[in-house]
Amino acid sequence: MTEAANRLAEQAREILGDKVNECLVDRGEVTLIVPRVRLIEACTQLRDAGGLGFEELIDVCGIDYADYGVDEWDTGSAADTGFSRGVSRESATHGGTAHPHRFAAVYHLLSISNNQRIRVRCYAENDDFPVVDSVIGVWRSADWFEREAFDMYGIVFEGHPDLRRLLTDYGFIGHPFRKDFPVSGHVEMRYDAVKKRTVYEPVTIEPRVTQPRIIREDKRYQQPGADDA
Amino acid sequence: MPEIRNYTLNFGPQHPAAHGVLRLVLEMDGEVIQRADPHIGLLHRGTEKLVETKPFNHSIGYMDRLDYVSMMCNEHAYVMAIEKLLGVTPPLRAEYIRTMYSEITRILNHLMWLGAHGLDLGAMTIFIYAFREREFLLDAYEAVSGARMHAAYFRPGGVYRDLPERMPQYQPSKWHNERETAERNADRQGSLLDFIEAFTERFPTNIDEYETLLTDNRIWKQRTVGIGVVSPEEAMQLGFTGPMIRGSGIAWDLRKKQPYSVYDRVDFDIPIGVNGDCYDRYLVRMEELRQSNHIIKQCIDWLRANPGPVMVDDHKVSPPPRLEMKESMEALIHHFKLFTEGYTVPAGEVYQAVEHPKGEFGIYLVSDGANKPYRLKIRAPGFAHLAAMDEMVRGHMLADVVAVIGTQDIVFGEIDR
Repeated sequence: MTEAANRLAEQAREILGDKVNECLVDRGEVTLIVPRVRLIEACTQLRDAGGLGFEELIDVCGIDYADYGVDEWDTGSAADTGFSRGVSRESATHGGTAHPHRFAAVYHLLSISNNQRIRVRCYAENDDFPVVDSVIGVWRSADWFEREAFDMYGIVFEGHPDLRRLLTDYGFIGHPFRKDFPVSGHVEMRYDAVKKRTVYEPVTIEPRVTQPRIIREDKRYQQPGADDA
Repeated sequence: MPEIRNYTLNFGPQHPAAHGVLRLVLEMDGEVIQRADPHIGLLHRGTEKLVETKPFNHSIGYMDRLDYVSMMCNEHAYVMAIEKLLGVTPPLRAEYIRTMYSEITRILNHLMWLGAHGLDLGAMTIFIYAFREREFLLDAYEAVSGARMHAAYFRPGGVYRDLPERMPQYQPSKWHNERETAERNADRQGSLLDFIEAFTERFPTNIDEYETLLTDNRIWKQRTVGIGVVSPEEAMQLGFTGPMIRGSGIAWDLRKKQPYSVYDRVDFDIPIGVNGDCYDRYLVRMEELRQSNHIIKQCIDWLRANPGPVMVDDHKVSPPPRLEMKESMEALIHHFKLFTEGYTVPAGEVYQAVEHPKGEFGIYLVSDGANKPYRLKIRAPGFAHLAAMDEMVRGHMLADVVAVIGTQDIVFGEIDR
C-alpha cells in the first residue's frame, strides 16, 4: 500500500511540477498541498493527465485549524489543578503552528480507471475572509460540496455560480462549524402563543464541557523527530 | 395572446414520497420539469460538530443515526478510520462478523429501498413483503447488540461481543397461542448463526417473489424504463458511487477494487446495468440482494469453523473483561481511563471509505493527537446523488420526480448529517 502511494506521489510531483507546494505520504495516503492561484490548473491536470486520471471528485471539505493542537487540560500538571466541568473555553485565535493558515479546503479525488485516491489541500490565505477558487468547472459534483463548506465555514468559492447556504436554516447568521462557534449555538427557537409565530431568542443553555480535550504525549505514537509538532 | 409563465411548485417537506424531509422547488412548464432545486438541511443535527466534542468511542452511536437504514455500514467506516490512525488490526473473526453484518445491513437497506420505491410508484404489496423479511434481520441485529436498529456494535479493535449461542424465543401471549408460538420459534431453536442460516436458505425464494411482482410488470416498466438516464461519463462527473454508478455500466465496487475486512476472501460478483435508467438500477440492486445473501452464507460457514477472539487484547482501546477487573488493579485503571478520558489517537489524517449500500460512504478523520477528533467529515453517498437531482429530472414529468427520488435511495439522515 505504501509503495503504491509513494509511486503515485512521485508521479503527481512529476506531472504537476511547481503547481504543488508540498507532497506528503502518510499511512498510504497521498496529500498534495496546492497554492490557491494554481488550484484550477492542478485539478485539471489531475483529472486529464494520463497516468493520474482522477475523473471523480468524491468530497470537498472545509477545515478550521484555529484550535489545532490546543488542549483544555494540561496533563503534565494535572494532579494540582483537576478539571472543572463547567469550563467555558475562549479560543479561535490562531493557536496551532502546524498549519500556515486558519482555513483550508480539502478535496478527495478518486480515479476509477487507475483505482487510486489522492487528497488535495488548498489553504485560504486570508483568515478573516477565506477565499478559494471553485473547481466546479473541473468536476460538477463540487456544486453542493462547496455550498456546504461555504455554509459551515464561510469559505467563499470564487467562480461558483450559485453559492447559497445549503444546510442551515433560512436566514441563519454565522458559520456553525467554525471553532469559535459554540456547540449550543447563539439563538434558540420556540413557538410564541401570543404572537402566533415562532420567535428566535438568545440561547439559555450554558456551554459546558463534560470531557476535557486532552493531548497526551504518548510514547507509542511519537515519530522520531516529531517532538516539536 | 396571454403571457405564459412557468409554474413553480413546492414539493414536500411533508410529502410521503419525499422520503423524509426533502423540500423540492420545481419550476414547471405544464407538467414538464424545467428546474429542480432541492432544499435540504431540515434534518441537520450537526453530527460533525458534535463528534468534535466527544471522545472517539462516544460517537459510534451517532454513526448509526446517519443513514438510519444501514446502521452498521456507517459504523464500519468510522471504526476503520480510527483503527487506521491507531494502527490497530482487529482479529480475523471480528472481520468476518463485520462482513456478515455489513451484508445483512445491505439486505436491510435494499429491502427498505425496494418497499419504499415500490410504494412510491404504486406497488403496494412489495412493501409488505419487504418488511416481512426485514423483521428477521432486525431480530439478528437485536440478538447480537441488544438494539434493533441503532446497534453501536462495531468498535475500534473488533466488535462489542461474540455471536450468542442461543436465540431469544417468543413467549405465548393472548394474541399468539402455544401452537403459533411454536411455529414462530421454529428457527430460533439453535444459535444466532442457525437463525441467520435459515434466513439465507429461504431468502432467494423471497427475492424470486419480489421479482415476480415487479421485474416483468408492465406498469413497473412503464414507470422506470428510460427514466432518469445517466451516462457513465455523467455519473463520474456528478460524483456517483454504488448502485448509481453501477447502473450506468461502470463496474466499480470498493469491496472488489479496494477490499477491506474480508471481502477479498469471499466469493461474489458485482452486477452492472447497461442503460443507466431507473429500471437498470432496480435490477442491479435486486442482484445485489442475491450476492449479499451468498456472502452471508460463506461467512456463516467460516464463523462456525473458527472460534476465537472478537476484540483486540490491547486494553488501551478495548475494555478489559469484567472478571479481570475484579482482581486486577491494572484492569480497573484501564477501564476507568477508557470510559472517562478515552484514548488519544496519534496526529494525522485519514480517509476511509466503505461500500455502503447506497454508494461510497467515507469518513475523513483529522486528529491532532487528542482524545477527541479534531475534524470529522462524513462523505455521504446520497449527498452527491441528490445534488444531481436537477440534472436527472430536467425534462421529465412531475410523476417521474418520485421515481428518481426512489432510485437514488434517499435517506435524509446521511444527507443532512
